[in-house]
Amino acid sequence: MSTAVTSGLTPVRHVFPNGAAAIVQETAFSTAVTFNLGFHAGGLYEPDAVTGLAWFTGRVIDRGTSARSAEAIAEALDDRGVTIRVSTNRHVMTLSCTCLSEDFAEMLAIAADVCRNATFPPEEIEKRRAETITTIWQDQDNPGVRASEALQALLYGERHPYGRPAKGSIATVERLSRADLVAYHAARFAPSAQTIIIVGDVRAEDAFAQVERAFDDWRAPAPAERQVPPVPPRSVRDERRIEMPEKSQSDIAYGFVSVNRLDPAYCSHWVMNTIFGQFGLGGRLAENIRERQGMAYYAYSSFDPSLGPGPLVIRAGVDPANVDRAIAAIDQEVTALGREGASEQELSETRRFLIGSIPRMLETNASIATFLQTVEFFGLGLDYDRRLSSLLEAVTLDGVNSAAASVLDPARACVAVAGPRLRADEAGCHDRRAGIE
Amino acid sequence: MGVPETIQSARVRTVHLDNGLKILVQEIHTAPLVSVWCWYGVGSGDETPGTTGVSHWVEHMNFKGTEHIPRDEMKGIVEKFGGSWNGYTWVDQTTYLETAVKDALDTLLFIEAERMAYGLYEPEECESERTVIISELHGGDNDPDQLLDTEVTASAFHAHPYRHPTIGWLEDLQSMTRDDLFGHYRRHYVPGNATLVVVGAVDAEDVLKRAQAHFGRIPASPVPVRRRAAEPMQRGERRVLVEREGATAYLKLAWHAPSALDPDFFPMLVLDAALTGAKGLNLWSSFRGAPPQRRARLYTALVDRGLASSVAGALLATRDPFLYNVSLTAMDGVALGALEDAALEALDRVRLNGLTEEEVARAKRQLHARMVFENDSVTNVAHQLGYFETVVGPGYLDELGSKVRAVTPAEVAGVAARVLAKDRRTIGWFRPVKGRA
Repeated sequence: MSTAVTSGLTPVRHVFPNGAAAIVQETAFSTAVTFNLGFHAGGLYEPDAVTGLAWFTGRVIDRGTSARSAEAIAEALDDRGVTIRVSTNRHVMTLSCTCLSEDFAEMLAIAADVCRNATFPPEEIEKRRAETITTIWQDQDNPGVRASEALQALLYGERHPYGRPAKGSIATVERLSRADLVAYHAARFAPSAQTIIIVGDVRAEDAFAQVERAFDDWRAPAPAERQVPPVPPRSVRDERRIEMPEKSQSDIAYGFVSVNRLDPAYCSHWVMNTIFGQFGLGGRLAENIRERQGMAYYAYSSFDPSLGPGPLVIRAGVDPANVDRAIAAIDQEVTALGREGASEQELSETRRFLIGSIPRMLETNASIATFLQTVEFFGLGLDYDRRLSSLLEAVTLDGVNSAAASVLDPARACVAVAGPRLRADEAGCHDRRAGIE
Repeated sequence: MGVPETIQSARVRTVHLDNGLKILVQEIHTAPLVSVWCWYGVGSGDETPGTTGVSHWVEHMNFKGTEHIPRDEMKGIVEKFGGSWNGYTWVDQTTYLETAVKDALDTLLFIEAERMAYGLYEPEECESERTVIISELHGGDNDPDQLLDTEVTASAFHAHPYRHPTIGWLEDLQSMTRDDLFGHYRRHYVPGNATLVVVGAVDAEDVLKRAQAHFGRIPASPVPVRRRAAEPMQRGERRVLVEREGATAYLKLAWHAPSALDPDFFPMLVLDAALTGAKGLNLWSSFRGAPPQRRARLYTALVDRGLASSVAGALLATRDPFLYNVSLTAMDGVALGALEDAALEALDRVRLNGLTEEEVARAKRQLHARMVFENDSVTNVAHQLGYFETVVGPGYLDELGSKVRAVTPAEVAGVAARVLAKDRRTIGWFRPVKGRA
């Protein structure tokens, strides 16, 4: 079954008999191809007691298969100037590769072998375990990571799949066994839960033929689904400060739980977040904190909805002496947009910006592949890039202001700060809960 | 060999206006986008003690409003075309860019002409930006690897201004005045010291006509002569030890490297690819994938053997001889001395014996692939045109591919013996103290 639509993009989708869905977009800018192989194997699906299993599986998956040793895979990739990048988010593990067009068939075959036949050799597990533990120590020394991870835990709770750190902890990584990895791979990698996106200098029919060669005889049981656990509504403000005495700058992560990607008000929330912390150098937030007060090099907000309600996160890096002033400025902007809403001018400027940015969003093979993977994951439709303008045009001021009012309330904010300075009454690393007026 | 080579070598139109401004235009009609870059032949390598960081601060000021674009109209002027804009400063150059829908062309040229000649530099804006830049500097200091890089670079050079960080020394940022900034701006932002690059879905004749209208009104001014102290020959190993709170140890090895104009540059590029994997030659590239390095000399000697969790090499195309850096993250539990011994042993083998023919061939294939990948958009093509025109000069970009292909194993062995000499290296350690909770 193949479907083609007429739009800015002209993707072609094909579902193979084993359930694997492939989408191909031909482009002509360069003699390269990018492909993404996505599986429902993100952190959501790891057992709650084995935090970091999904991420660690991604670190080892391409280090040997039943047909190819780690060295053979390395040799084949390095010979062609190619890497397979494995990224693991809360829902999806993606193997991405950009290669020359002439190498596409062979690189896809290697990536397919990795997905289907990974063997997780014990010596590779131990090497990658040591690397991962080093990486976690580096994260522990990074105020930005510390603040962000603390915020996620405050927003969702430390046991929620959205609240725990993707890499796990040193203790959980030390406990992971080869059996854990083999079982996770067997449970989560299957054609029926696979999305294949191919973008670049390759004809669609040739790309589908290569996909068929690589995956058609693959049979595996469909992975069990898991719903995102509910997130209890929040009625009070939570703050956490993490002391890192010798750092030069403090990192602030301040946020809320927002909506999921399929919420009917998604576009209103997207526009609202752009007004709040994206437009120009960083929306209203940067105008206040960077431009008017000169307090920070960066101050912005980001919005990351998924199958569950995603976070709206405000980030700023400031001089330790200015932490409280910066938080007060964020509170001020949160209150202003949450209570008073945006202006008609802000709405029209932002809508125009987002609609105008669609071609730029689809400028490279890699960005098109990411876009199409999102389209497939959320079932948005192959014509989504063409419909996106009208969806944004339909956003109203009431919609934006409702979105702001439903999310932005300083009395229900979570705030995490990592850095050198603590007030005298806040020595140590601890939680502080407070409601504010 | 690849489409980007075709793109690079053909259809670039070069024109000089009467006031000295050089304009490069390339039509690429694959997407309805245009990318405009304006390059200035000034960077931190042109600064003197007491005003280090002035080029970067001036770059920040050039987003603050001009005689004909009031401060409050800057925000939104590019965004209304769906565009993004930015700038960066480095040792040899300062550049500004906008990528937006093609209808934005006239506005983007207007912005760049305003930026060249009509910046306001309001005293209060200069003061506000001082603290923003200090915040940027402190954010970098939070990263131990960056801190070590600053110290190693400062130690490796005695006389050449490449020794100071592009952002400047804190003490200079605290003491510089508005007059320092404005004086630097007026000296260096003159048509004869600039190159305007326009790439995208444009008509070259139309671009030149509009460029003449916007930039032709700016009078010619003397182009500053670039005077830089020559770096004396290093006569012995130098060592730097940074001890600070942290969780992970880092090692940095630096040697004086050939400039982009030196015939040794391309053999050195191949050597780096064989040691740590090919990165390509685009500082701005949207293609940020990790280098293909699993068969690279230092990866197999250090990461595969469990001594380092990561290795990275950096050789950048610069006007004067800069540094070749090898950066290593020590695996948790591995002493810096043991890592240094193993790294130097692996490098000594290359210094004494060169590389195999197979390694050289693989490195060249990798570089070819990366040069295709890093030219994946009008933005990146425009960057490469402007970068090499500004840093090195006309014609260089066209020859990148053929110069890499022409490198021989004997040339690589020669450059390894000359560059990786024991008495010309600087070794930096970051040793963490009391950083683990």
